Amino acid sequence: MQHSLTSRRNFLKKMAAAAAMTAAASMFPGIIFASEQDANLPKGGNLDWKKGPCRFCGVGCGILVGVDQGKAVAVKGDPNCSVNKGLLCVKGYHQIMCTQAKDRLTHALVKKNGRYVQTPINEALDIVANKMKETIEKHGKDSVAMYTSGQSTIPEGYVASKFMKGAIGTNNLDCNARLCMASAVAGFLTTFGADEPMGCYEDIDHADYFITWGNNMAEMHPVLFSRMLEQKNRRGAKIIDFATRTTRSSTASNKSILFEPQTDLAVANAICYEIIKNGWVNKSFVENHVNFSKGLTNMGYGLEDKYKFKDKPTKIDFESYKKFLENYTPEKVAKYSKVSVKDIKYLAAIYGDPNKKVVSYWCMGMNQHTRGTWMNNLVYNIHLLTGKISQPGNGPFSLTGQPSACGTAREVGTFTHKLPKGVVMNEKHRRLAAKIWKVPYERIPSKPTYHATEMFRAVDRGDIKFIWTQVTNPLVSLPKTSRYRPGMEKESCFVVVSDVFPTPTSDVADVILPASWHIEKSGLYGNSERRTQHWNKMVEGPGETTPDAWMTIEVAKRMGYGDLFPYSEENHVEEIYKEYTQFHEGAKHGMAPLEVLKKESGAIWPYVDGKSTQWRFNAKYDPACSNDKDFHFYGKPDGKAIIWQRPYEPAPEIPDAEYPFWLNTGRVIEHWHTGSMTRRIPVLHKAMPAAYVEFHPDDAKNLGIRNGEKIKVSSRRGSCILPASINERGLPTRGQVFVPFFDENMLINDVTLDAFCPISKEPDYKKCAVKVEKA
Amino acid sequence: MPIKSYLAHPEEGQKETLIKALSKIDHCDVIPAENEELLIVVTDTENKTDDEKVKASIESIASLKLLAMVSGFNTPKNK
Repeated sequence: MQHSLTSRRNFLKKMAAAAAMTAAASMFPGIIFASEQDANLPKGGNLDWKKGPCRFCGVGCGILVGVDQGKAVAVKGDPNCSVNKGLLCVKGYHQIMCTQAKDRLTHALVKKNGRYVQTPINEALDIVANKMKETIEKHGKDSVAMYTSGQSTIPEGYVASKFMKGAIGTNNLDCNARLCMASAVAGFLTTFGADEPMGCYEDIDHADYFITWGNNMAEMHPVLFSRMLEQKNRRGAKIIDFATRTTRSSTASNKSILFEPQTDLAVANAICYEIIKNGWVNKSFVENHVNFSKGLTNMGYGLEDKYKFKDKPTKIDFESYKKFLENYTPEKVAKYSKVSVKDIKYLAAIYGDPNKKVVSYWCMGMNQHTRGTWMNNLVYNIHLLTGKISQPGNGPFSLTGQPSACGTAREVGTFTHKLPKGVVMNEKHRRLAAKIWKVPYERIPSKPTYHATEMFRAVDRGDIKFIWTQVTNPLVSLPKTSRYRPGMEKESCFVVVSDVFPTPTSDVADVILPASWHIEKSGLYGNSERRTQHWNKMVEGPGETTPDAWMTIEVAKRMGYGDLFPYSEENHVEEIYKEYTQFHEGAKHGMAPLEVLKKESGAIWPYVDGKSTQWRFNAKYDPACSNDKDFHFYGKPDGKAIIWQRPYEPAPEIPDAEYPFWLNTGRVIEHWHTGSMTRRIPVLHKAMPAAYVEFHPDDAKNLGIRNGEKIKVSSRRGSCILPASINERGLPTRGQVFVPFFDENMLINDVTLDAFCPISKEPDYKKCAVKVEKA
Repeated sequence: MPIKSYLAHPEEGQKETLIKALSKIDHCDVIPAENEELLIVVTDTENKTDDEKVKASIESIASLKLLAMVSGFNTPKNK
């Protein structure tokens, strides 16, 4: 962990220990070796421990980084952070090791005559600004785009939004959170009129049941899963894993229930059917706090360029909804979901028991779904029908994948349709943004333009002629990269990539800007439980590495927008945060002042009268409730949440004679998303050096496939060759294969389909049809 | 000069006894898990013969239920 190791031998001992810890973590989800953290510290060192959030997932664990003579040498969990209480997972523990990678981007690189030439940062920023300006003059402001990240800090996202929407006047800004959280956002907005979970992690300490919907928390949110396991062991709380693949989470749970891909829609409706049939509806809650609606169906899947869809909600009554659910009796649903009638009734009985507290958790399984918004709505339906919401231990909770998908992408609003408060379509919201940004109101366009998938389609078509990506690696993470990689290579588009390391995306860039890593700059993140977390710069970055926010500001200044970006280089993070918080003033979304965030390991918004609001919409905890009732869903004009009538519809591509397997893609505990950081951490890379294709043993036997044998996975879009994995990390159901996407040498997204949810525009990485053959 | 790491599973209720026994063996570091009945053992010996002796000593401990090797490195002397 520390780079002050005195010999290769000591280093190898650390590697050996870490490899064992990684193996232990995959066998025992949530296992902790806390004492090892202190044992590893340099003897006699005079470490200065600096607080911050972890760089990786959306859990937002507090970390303490040990700095010795200006270098980060150790990481440990922050015992004062209520999120992780001193615990860390294997990725968090080793995070700072990536900064020492030999191929770190330390200087700007500009492509000249087909070769990258090291260029002074100021000169590279001149080139970016001139090219952007020239493109706008020649082709209009909608010919330029920015694509940012749920890993961008709050100030980075804020200046990107202000630059694109307030200065240039285009809504061509979207981010990679579209690929992971957009369905959760659309679900929250359609049901509650307000984004982000109403509860918090303290729910774990109160719930009797945790139901995880298509969510492998043991590998993706290991610290939260370890908190759940602690409750399981200590007071008998139960974990029910509802998924399409048996994972480490399944084996650590009390019960694992497997379903056929896409049929979660039907099972959720069947649970609601049972709740109503058995008289488990919380009638007074529903009467006082809920409306019923239905939307359009047969929406399509966004497979064609320039696809458009707008839902048309219609109010319905309880009786119509009840009638609709008759198509979803457990007996009918069991036939195609492959979930037994008994298991459907079992799930319904858990939610229906008024004496049991239930939290539903989900992440990519429900969000990366061509009916992702519907799926989110359906889980809310269950909690609304039973009134199990906005109370300690009761509630639906969407987990985020990235450290600031909530804080930056969703709250600052780095989506095409968003503003720091509200949406571009709303005149009042545009006027507020124009006032705070000090720009003419007319400059902010009222129509959203490109969501992520459509943005890269526009690059391929030649409609976008300049794109700047920050803190993201789309040519590994987008679906159907077999189209979008050649698209980005076209000369019709000038590509600027800001990153810390070279990636397949920077490989196609015209200019590469060297970004500061996490602790080499100050910043703020916002985690899954609405917690805003601040950190101060801890160490100097190498060479001419620069914070992304400052690079955006420098380009804006060069383009003539200097008056809109009057921040100082030393203090821009604080100045930007103070400006940004004006958008959220008030009891519904007030943000904690910087002075509080500097002292504490984060604070949950709404932060009112010096206090975090842990459970929104519940008058007992939330000062914004003003309807004199016990609950107030104030995101909706009449203060009521909506139960949505949403049917089961099949996936756009299902296995057939030519392509007989489902392909499911996802992550592994050792690697963070596209692997650009964790594959440069030797311990993690050695523990999981390459991707693989996972088979059910029966399928492998039928096909004569042996473990480790090279297999070609092909779809109608592309192919990828990987070693077979049988009975190792996970166990897919028969007729399904699973491939993790972290490995840039085995690009499984060349194979995936770019179908998306028509409401949220989030792609579905979990279902497409493939064939497999020996390579 | 072999360096190896193992996962050591104690017999039920004997985690502390196993930690004590392992701590007495030379060239052997022990890292106990905080919240599971599991230990990590890292051995660092001069040569293959010593390595085998250390392994045999570990395996002879009565409170040890299972020893599973996770990784092995070999490094030349003076490095």
